[in-house]
Amino acid sequence: MTEDSWEVAGRRFTSRLIVGTGRYKSLEETRDSIAASGAEIVTVAVRRVNLSDPSAPMLQDFVPPDRYTYLPNTAGCFTAQDAVRTLRLAREAGGWNLVKLEVLGPPPFLYPDMAATFEAAAALIADGFEVMVYCADDPVAAKRLEEMGCVAIMPLGAPIGSGMGVVNPYMIRAIKAAAKVPVLVDAGIGTASEAAFAMELGCDAVLLNSAIAHAQNPVKMAEAMKHAVIAGRAAHLAGRMPRDYKADASSPMTGLIR
Amino acid sequence: MSELAERLKLTVNGEARRVPAGLTVAGLLAEIGLAERKVAVERNLEIVPRSQYATTALAEGDAIEIVHFIGGG
Repeated sequence: MTEDSWEVAGRRFTSRLIVGTGRYKSLEETRDSIAASGAEIVTVAVRRVNLSDPSAPMLQDFVPPDRYTYLPNTAGCFTAQDAVRTLRLAREAGGWNLVKLEVLGPPPFLYPDMAATFEAAAALIADGFEVMVYCADDPVAAKRLEEMGCVAIMPLGAPIGSGMGVVNPYMIRAIKAAAKVPVLVDAGIGTASEAAFAMELGCDAVLLNSAIAHAQNPVKMAEAMKHAVIAGRAAHLAGRMPRDYKADASSPMTGLIR
Repeated sequence: MSELAERLKLTVNGEARRVPAGLTVAGLLAEIGLAERKVAVERNLEIVPRSQYATTALAEGDAIEIVHFIGGG
């Protein structure tokens, strides 16, 4: 049997779990949690260096880019220009053109700003980036992003950091059914069963951060997420039994003692 | 010539900074104490390729951004 794997922008991965590197208590905890998750891709943010403490330990020292595929994000960008500027710097810092685009609306929901996301996606694709795009759970928008040339469609399960799970599974399934590029649930996952559920819907992978970083024991939750994604994927491939409201006995009704 | 006249006024990550005239991007990173391979540099909104750090001289009034990767989701 060949190993189950997935491909995005010509790169092949075995792990179907992508994890963020933010919100951990320390870089040590970041390192240990990511190792426990089994993830091969990690998202990272681009920020100014702290000039007053240039010798402060850096993410690369704990999460080495030669071991993990860095997926730079555009968190904090509210316009297409900012997103392109940020990712050009990321490309120079690491040489990566595979990126995660996210253009967010205001709090309290940080919901994807789709008009700005379309504009930024067009600018990034024109500049040679391979764009994995965070988006609304909107099948029309998702299809349009794919047609523009985005290499992965990443609808939210629920708002970023909310831990509400996959609140609109029908639309996630609809987006996956129509897509020819990988579909990932990005944001909203709170615990292992929700990651498994996203995979059971047929998603190619799951992207999460807070569910691990904000767990009471992040390393333990990272391990749980690793197994959840594997289990959810296997259940999807196995094909679940049909649902019925009435019972269907699982022990034979013949040969009963009298 | 006064000492100040030999120094350039730059903005680095939003902070005013004076550096010796003729300093290159590589020199600025060394002065701050940053490893070249861990950062990316933008000069007046244009990326400075790493291969040109040693040959790019800074000019009066340059706006420099020095960024790196941090944890993010």
